[in-house]
Amino acid sequence: MSTESMAWPVDEAAAPPLVERLHGWITTVDHKRLGILYILYALIFLVVGGVEAAIMRIQLIRPHSDFVSPQVFNRMFTMHGTTMIFFVAMPIVFGFGNYLVPLMIGARDMAFPRLNAFSFWMTAFGGVLLYYSFIGGDGLYGAGNAPDVGWFAYAPLTSPTFSPGHSTDFWTVSLLVSGIGSIGTAINFIATILCMRCRGMTLGKMPLLAWMNLTMSFLVILAVSPLTAAQVMLMIDRYLGGHFFDTQAGGSAVIWMHFFWVFGHPEVYVLVIPAFAFASEIIPVFSRKAIFGYPVMVAATICIAFIGMSVWAHHMFTVGMSAGANTFFVLSTMAIAVPTGIKIFNWLATMWGGRISFKTPMLFCIAFLFQFLIAGLTGIMLGVAPFDWQLGNSYFVIAHFHYVIVGGILFTIFGAFYYWFPKMSGRMYNETLGRLHFWLFLIGFHLTFDFMHIPGMLGMPRRIYTYEPGRGWDLWNLIITIGVFFQAAGVLVFVVNLLWSYLRGEIAGSDPWDAWTLEWSTASPPPIYNFAIIPEVMSRRPLWDLKHPEDPDWHYE
Amino acid sequence: MSALSATVPEGEIRWKLPERGPVGMYCLIAAESAIFTIFVVAYIFYIGRSLTGPQPRDVLQVPVFFTICLLSSSITIHFAIQSLRGGKARAFALWWLFTIALGGAFLAGTANEWRHLIYDEGLTIRTNLFGTTYYSLVGLHAFHVTAGLLALAVVAVLALLGHVRQEHAERAEVLSLYWHFVDVVWVVVFIVVYVVGR
Repeated sequence: MSTESMAWPVDEAAAPPLVERLHGWITTVDHKRLGILYILYALIFLVVGGVEAAIMRIQLIRPHSDFVSPQVFNRMFTMHGTTMIFFVAMPIVFGFGNYLVPLMIGARDMAFPRLNAFSFWMTAFGGVLLYYSFIGGDGLYGAGNAPDVGWFAYAPLTSPTFSPGHSTDFWTVSLLVSGIGSIGTAINFIATILCMRCRGMTLGKMPLLAWMNLTMSFLVILAVSPLTAAQVMLMIDRYLGGHFFDTQAGGSAVIWMHFFWVFGHPEVYVLVIPAFAFASEIIPVFSRKAIFGYPVMVAATICIAFIGMSVWAHHMFTVGMSAGANTFFVLSTMAIAVPTGIKIFNWLATMWGGRISFKTPMLFCIAFLFQFLIAGLTGIMLGVAPFDWQLGNSYFVIAHFHYVIVGGILFTIFGAFYYWFPKMSGRMYNETLGRLHFWLFLIGFHLTFDFMHIPGMLGMPRRIYTYEPGRGWDLWNLIITIGVFFQAAGVLVFVVNLLWSYLRGEIAGSDPWDAWTLEWSTASPPPIYNFAIIPEVMSRRPLWDLKHPEDPDWHYE
Repeated sequence: MSALSATVPEGEIRWKLPERGPVGMYCLIAAESAIFTIFVVAYIFYIGRSLTGPQPRDVLQVPVFFTICLLSSSITIHFAIQSLRGGKARAFALWWLFTIALGGAFLAGTANEWRHLIYDEGLTIRTNLFGTTYYSLVGLHAFHVTAGLLALAVVAVLALLGHVRQEHAERAEVLSLYWHFVDVVWVVVFIVVYVVGR
């Protein structure tokens, strides 16, 4: 089949010099290059955030350890959380979205290519600002000092009294700047998906990835903006002497919590909906079946977004709210389990009776199904206010949300890496190394986060830099830390696989998975113009129609 | 195998998608609305919680005239766009400049109100909670008016140089959406600050 043969000839006589190529990457407005920039940028921060996590785990491997000081420990958990959410997870999902959405909807580029570049560089600048705090945090006097207020930075810890120097300001400005980038990207996704689809691709025929990125973008607009507003307020408090969160002048510390979690909880869905999107593209292809219940999947996604906006205060049960508020947030938290459950059943039904091929991307997605289910179940446990009063702010909570973010989101992101690597690089990854990565990471993940529930139930609070021996926590902490080394080894294998395959992997061809969405109809890697002829589609699986003209999907949809 | 278009049967698919300009602007407006919502919620939450004076009822005067200026600028920008649609570039430029003048008058009104509050009443952003929330909310709005005026000014310069023609009506309209948004936000801010909060 040959869309490649339709490609215009490219003059590849001489590769331009390195400086010129770098200049090309820095000034690019091409959605594919920006997508890759997002992803590479996030991978660097994944390693940085991982090292910070490892430092914490080494400190906690045994009681009374003095590997790092309490001050450094506080900086590590703050930087780890902030980095992983804002500079790893979000850039990765934005990167994949950027790369894939225009290709999947048959568009030439995003709706606003220059806004796209602007958004990426704002995000990149935000990350640099955050890490500049290590050298600039104390200003021109004293040694370096990164923020140490925790990733949700509760007042009054962020007041000038308790956070002298500029470390908290770097945190604030960094999130403000990257937030502007995120909002720009979200606007771009919405405009792209609503206005740039190729002929015939009605909303009901879009790939689920496009639907889910659309929903995610609405959530970004509604959720990241409040964070931006709250950061402006915090800056007014810190720089101009305002009193928003100053309890001594009548301000409220609790309102910061509300403002933060109005962002913070939808943010989970901002990250997990693209993860659902990856699973929804990968599982059908490796089960050799069309996705089960497409309209219900779309409806469930939108339902999750709606309910997801109204559950934020379940992060605040331990703060002490009124009975009415507690009841409302318990019920809304329970309600969100319904559309999420529907999705899990849909993925299972897609696999049911399929010819499942256990390639690396599918392995990661299957693990995701199990792990995300468990994460959801502990989420329901924590969503019950009285249970949360017992285990809030304990390691049980840490175990729960890492189950979501690592076990759910990161696993599908790894799956997405393997699935689309051939498209992005033009070469196949090494399947053996891919499987090795999967198993190492799976074992490490379960060692760390399964066992992390137990010290939580035994009363170990989060964010402590050390603990007394003999409380029954020692063995569990040892196991948790051992798991970290497996995870690190897995990531190392992953990086080696990416590099080696990029340089030496077999040529993949345009459609190595015999898949059905439009990105596989163009060359790998796609030419800068994406499609020599803008495609027209008749069904949700345009490439199926093309490969099976005798039995096209649009007979049934 | 042939190209994808081979699967399309005879007959034209009706295919019309929304313009990206207005869609992008509506999304930006949604994001800005969320930001304003947080500031408005903070303002309402903190009404009457200042531990020290001055209180709103002691110092705030309702800026009726400047409110009329800003709200009527929404009408003038609408006429400007209508003129441009009809190909009347001169009328467009005049209405557009009139809009800028009305917006500028509003901003001058805010500046004067702030001067009065700071120098005569001694209310600054650090005086009390009222000062913090008042200057933040009204200031956030004034910041948006300023940004809007700068954007309008760029178009005005282009118009005076004769570069804005009928075919640019759609683009000018996208900008006018932002300006309408700034006006609508003022209605909310006005009600919250000068009616509910006083």
